[in-house]
Amino acid sequence: MDFNDTPEDAVYRAKASAWLAANAGEYRNPPAIPYSREEFVRRSRAWQKAKHAAGYTGITWPMAMGGQGLSPMHSIVFSQEQSRYHVPTSLFDIGLGMCLPTVFTHGQPDVVARYVAPALAGDEVWCQLFSEPAAGSDLAGIRTKAVKDGDDWVIDGQKVWTTNAHLSDYGIIVTRTDPSAPKHKGLTMFIVDMHGPGVEARPLKQMSGGSDFNEVFFTGVRVSDSHRLGAVGDGWKVALTTLMHERLAVGGKPSHAPGYATLMALAATIDTDTGPAMAQRDVRQRIAASYIADEGIKLTQMRALSALAKGQVPGPEQSISKVVVAKTMQDMAAFAMDLNEAGGFVTTGADPDLARLQGSYMASAGLRIAGGTDEILRNIIAERVLGLPGDLRPDKDLPFNASVAA
Amino acid sequence: MDFDFSDDAKALREQARKFLDERSGPKVARTVMDGGDATPLWREVVDLGWPAARVPEANGGVGMSSEAACVLAEETGRSLAPVPLIQSLMATEALLLLGTAAQQARWLPGIADGSIIAVTGWAEGGAASPAVAHARVSGDTMRGSKSPVADAAAAHLAVLSATGSNGTQLYLVDLTGPGVAVTPVATLDLVRPHSALTLADASADPLGTPDGYHDWLDRAAVLSAFEALGTATAAMDMAVAYAKERVAFGQKIGRYQGVKHKCADMFIKLELARGHALHAAWAMEAGAPELRQAAAAARVASLEALAFCAEENVQIHGGIGYTWDSDCQFYYRRNRALVAGLGSRTFWSERLVRSLEQRNAAAA
Ligand SMILES: Cc1cc2nc3c(=O)[nH]c(=O)nc-3n(C[C@H](O)[C@H](O)[C@H](O)COP(=O)(O)OP(=O)(O)OC[C@H]3O[C@@H](n4cnc5c(N)ncnc54)[C@H](O)[C@@H]3O)c2cc1C
Repeated sequence: MDFNDTPEDAVYRAKASAWLAANAGEYRNPPAIPYSREEFVRRSRAWQKAKHAAGYTGITWPMAMGGQGLSPMHSIVFSQEQSRYHVPTSLFDIGLGMCLPTVFTHGQPDVVARYVAPALAGDEVWCQLFSEPAAGSDLAGIRTKAVKDGDDWVIDGQKVWTTNAHLSDYGIIVTRTDPSAPKHKGLTMFIVDMHGPGVEARPLKQMSGGSDFNEVFFTGVRVSDSHRLGAVGDGWKVALTTLMHERLAVGGKPSHAPGYATLMALAATIDTDTGPAMAQRDVRQRIAASYIADEGIKLTQMRALSALAKGQVPGPEQSISKVVVAKTMQDMAAFAMDLNEAGGFVTTGADPDLARLQGSYMASAGLRIAGGTDEILRNIIAERVLGLPGDLRPDKDLPFNASVAA
Repeated sequence: MDFDFSDDAKALREQARKFLDERSGPKVARTVMDGGDATPLWREVVDLGWPAARVPEANGGVGMSSEAACVLAEETGRSLAPVPLIQSLMATEALLLLGTAAQQARWLPGIADGSIIAVTGWAEGGAASPAVAHARVSGDTMRGSKSPVADAAAAHLAVLSATGSNGTQLYLVDLTGPGVAVTPVATLDLVRPHSALTLADASADPLGTPDGYHDWLDRAAVLSAFEALGTATAAMDMAVAYAKERVAFGQKIGRYQGVKHKCADMFIKLELARGHALHAAWAMEAGAPELRQAAAAARVASLEALAFCAEENVQIHGGIGYTWDSDCQFYYRRNRALVAGLGSRTFWSERLVRSLEQRNAAAA
């Protein structure tokens, strides 16, 4: 065991740190006013391109895929250094973190060759078209159907909560190709062109007021069989590849979400009616709890990545990340607002730390749901890690069309 | 012992629930969030005599017990009614408890007949608790600022905390008088309007004493506890209804203990809070010495229940709960308004324990 950089890691860190200092200077502080959508997209692409040109994209991806072929430790080191800057990266998190790894694991060779490079270069944005109105936690219950027609498939149905669909060029979609098979067996995945005829993404407004997710309608959308991911009927297996990567890609604390350091900075400015906030035990205890949660998850993820570096597959243990991170964000934000008393509730003229905490109180409610709810992740931990028996699933082995009709 | 409201209060509660079920609720909250005007609803509430419920008959009111104010606060909370009723009831309690006959005669008739909207305010934008006021009164004028103050934009009278020669206490400030500026402030609650009051030598009429201010805080805490109970109950009802209807993995999600136990925990927290709130309502009406601790316990327990119900209601709804179009957001946001309205759980927990210490010292 060694928590310090190896000499090789240290060299890589110094190089990355120098490159960031030279290229990310304007992102040293958070933007004074939030970017408009256009500005966010423009800056996200520009940042991805700059990294790509300098060899800091696809760090762990095989060189044959245009990656750097380096170890997960290199990827961690770069992420750590990059997180010192407020660079816009979230536009590519889902595509590069989840969709493209699924594409190059299950896609046909010329399709892989076509799509991986432009995504890595920041030229094309991807989204994950899994959830539907009647199937979120129960992903295998999706109804969007794909029917073979010559060399094509024709897709009809609706997806929902699709993050960045309105900004995306391509998506990976789970469809039902055999409604008479049991729910997990009749699924097939495809790559779909988000600009193609019959695809319509309509942004949905979130509780927070922003509009990052969408409902997406598919009407007679044609997809070539070459854009199938995995075998017909193997969609569940392919989707699990995506979900395994999701645990790594979105499991941790969103970059720049407020954490214990924000709480400390805020508490240092507050005088309560029983003395300075930093002298109160409940405040100090809450800072400690935030540190333990945030840093504990970072350490857990590093353990997983170092296992990955030794050729092991990250297991369902990663499911603890988001359960801890999202609820910690919510509780910590509520506590920080409480500490500000009535001032914590006013958004007009709120100082930047407080404004981020107010935003975090809203966003955390979504994070506890996105990418597997707190409850589903607990089920995964209980069932797949600890080996406890699963819930009874009355519809699991029934033909899908029989269980839906029932 | 009778751990329930009087028949009069129960009858008023039924009337309020029936009316507000019909005329208020999340749909109406949404129209107000979108810029709609709720003054017609307020006029109807005035016509029903609710702001007059606590005002003595001699001052043009109905002269009901403080239980009436509690049930009205609960039903207003449940229905998210976008009217300044709770503020008006809190200001009325201040006048009843601390006002001279002249002050009562000056303001209560207008409150009762709806010609005067009265609000209360202690906050000053920053991190201070209700125990502290930087607004100062010297002579008979006030300087300082108060923010956020709920429902102040339409109000005529404000009952404000400020520090004068005797310490921190309440003052009556005529908002239509000179030296008062009322400007809207944005908050996390997009339905209930809030304002900042800037007081530049505004005329301020002392209401009671510094001790009296704390006695009023107890009463305000009881009303706010009932409001929180109402709001939390509505969030729980919404969550339970959805858990009975939404299907995942071929079954109602309410069948899963992850969901079922969460609903049960909502109920547990609410019942604990309700016990404390009823105890406090009794102490308030009876003038019992337990009021200080009972009010603080009711406030802490009800905020705890509300935060849990509001947060987990979103969670039980899944993706749909996180949308703008879902009603979950009203409870999630109002939860923060109620914390800000009268001070955090930390403040009230401290006050609870201090009152227990004082009781123990007195008994020793
Ligand atoms: C901000 C945000 C971004 C998102 N982005 C995307 C995206 O890019 N692509 C995409 O495909 N999807 C996305 N989603 C959708 C997300 O994956 C689903 O919302 C989530 O899986 C829950 O599904 P649901 O909304 O249908 O809720 P449901 O599955 O209906 O769940 C409702 C409630 O029941 C509980 N529940 C369900 N089953 C069980 C069980 N067996 N045991 C215990 N409790 C249970 C849940 O925990 C939840 O509390 C996003 C969601 C959000 C909020």
